[in-house]
Amino acid sequence: MAQDLRKRRIRWDDLIVKSILFACAAVSVITTLGIVLVLLTESLKFFQEVSPVRFLTEREWTPLFAEKRFGVMPLVSGTLLTSLVALLVATPLGLLVAVYLSEYAPPGVRRWVKPVLEFLAGIPTVVYGYFALLFVTPLLQRFIPNLEPFNALAAGLVMGVMILPMIASLSEDAMYAVPNSLRDAAYGLGYTRLQTVWKIVFPAALSGISAAVILGLSRAVGETMIVAIAAGQQPNLTANPLQAVMTLTAYIVQVSLGDTPHGTLEYHTIFVVGLTLFAITLLLNSIALALRERYRSVYS
Amino acid sequence: MTQLTATGNMPAQRDLVGGSEGRKRQLKEWAFQLASLTAIMVAIVVLIALIADIMVDALPRLKPEFFTNFPSRRAAQAGIKSSLVGSIYLMFLTGAFSAPLGVGAAIYLEEYAKVNRLTRLIELNIANLAGVPSVVYGLLGLEIFVRLMRFERSLLAGSLTMTLLILPVIIIASREALRAVPQSIRHGARALGATQWQAIWRHVLPLAFPGILTGVILGFSRAIGETAPLITIGALTFIAFLPENPFSPFTVLPIQAFNWVSRPQEAFQQNAAAAIAVLMGLLIILNSISIWLRLKLQKRLSW
Repeated sequence: MAQDLRKRRIRWDDLIVKSILFACAAVSVITTLGIVLVLLTESLKFFQEVSPVRFLTEREWTPLFAEKRFGVMPLVSGTLLTSLVALLVATPLGLLVAVYLSEYAPPGVRRWVKPVLEFLAGIPTVVYGYFALLFVTPLLQRFIPNLEPFNALAAGLVMGVMILPMIASLSEDAMYAVPNSLRDAAYGLGYTRLQTVWKIVFPAALSGISAAVILGLSRAVGETMIVAIAAGQQPNLTANPLQAVMTLTAYIVQVSLGDTPHGTLEYHTIFVVGLTLFAITLLLNSIALALRERYRSVYS
Repeated sequence: MTQLTATGNMPAQRDLVGGSEGRKRQLKEWAFQLASLTAIMVAIVVLIALIADIMVDALPRLKPEFFTNFPSRRAAQAGIKSSLVGSIYLMFLTGAFSAPLGVGAAIYLEEYAKVNRLTRLIELNIANLAGVPSVVYGLLGLEIFVRLMRFERSLLAGSLTMTLLILPVIIIASREALRAVPQSIRHGARALGATQWQAIWRHVLPLAFPGILTGVILGFSRAIGETAPLITIGALTFIAFLPENPFSPFTVLPIQAFNWVSRPQEAFQQNAAAAIAVLMGLLIILNSISIWLRLKLQKRLSW
């Protein structure tokens, strides 16, 4: 009798349920493996015909033209240009909003601002694209006459508004995690509220804030519709935001809209561009996740 | 001494420091608050400008025919019948796949998984997947669902791609909802002889349901507004018929809007604005339903 009690009965129904649930969780791992496998195998087919050296060093990207060039640099520079414009907008604004919400805002203001930010974050990117092309660009052209109809500036500015809520809310979380004892100690030493924010809370939350900005950058790098609509379709190797550029994502859209036959070199280019995009965002996300772990482990 | 404990109280600070130094500090404080409020105003003004810009362009086109006409070469006769229906079909199919998968994964990670390397790997993996650009999911869908499984450019291929895309959103939100259910509920059920699954199914899940629902609807809103992955798997931009079954070709509202906005004629751009207005209307309806359900269910299930 005593032995029977000690022996745990296996509940088959529970075990089956558990296995099914595990399978659900495993789908996410399979998805990652699928992404890596698909991108690598198709990119390998590309590199069998075009050497990686050409891919990395050529200065033009014209795989759909008669005279083909396969330098990814213009696409990467276009992506960085629009993303940097976006960051220049979203970082200062996002941090100001975050500091205000975390340290200053009365509950009434919070109740108003939070839903506005959530709404901004939920707007489909094709809507932002429309806004960038048909509202922001014409508006900017009044002040900057030589702004091209498709340009990195308008796309980047609007993308900045798109990632603002993300940077604001993640930075606010980081600042919120800073224990109040630190603030009280600063006030006790005679710091003003502003000094407490910049000299105590901000440095203490810095790893979390950096994570927020890096995640924002990663989001901007991977953003597709705004740049496909408003930044143009010309792979220019330029740092001038007034010109049209082509991003990595916009190239994938351009090829997908046409009828590129399966298995051709042109078809493989979207995967090698996708691989480049995936590698950049994975690197950024990993840095951000590591930084976030750090602040979580310090203050919890 | 009482002034010293008044944390961050400006008049107290000024009294302590006194004179011009105190005034300078207060000026800085005001300047900073002004800058913060300006930042918030920028966000609000952009939101208002965006909605106003779209509504001004959209209103003249939002007539009944716009909803019942198929796309057309002539802007004035073009409508969103096929894309609106496509969007709704896609949303339901995606929901049917992603809700059980996502909630299942969340239950496993929150209730069953032991703290070990494998669990850690799955968690890290989900966090990373949430940051993969949507267009990359499109490339995955193109190779796996469209080519390998030969679903072609169908609703099924589109919704499976979308499922993988919104899975991290649903998993993360559902886990938070499960975590918010107090441990005492689980312990109480187990103490009365319920198996682990009985405790979860009969007690934990009903309590976590409002939170899970919010996560699922959040995933839906993401799926209904996404464009890039569907363009990548080759969803067509011009469809003059309704999808009959999951294997039919399809188009969705954001793709239709993208197609119209890319044309130079102003009439088509107005169509794009109108399609966008309908899309935003759908999103607002979805989110209202989610808020309403959450309030209703939370009242019933408060502990």
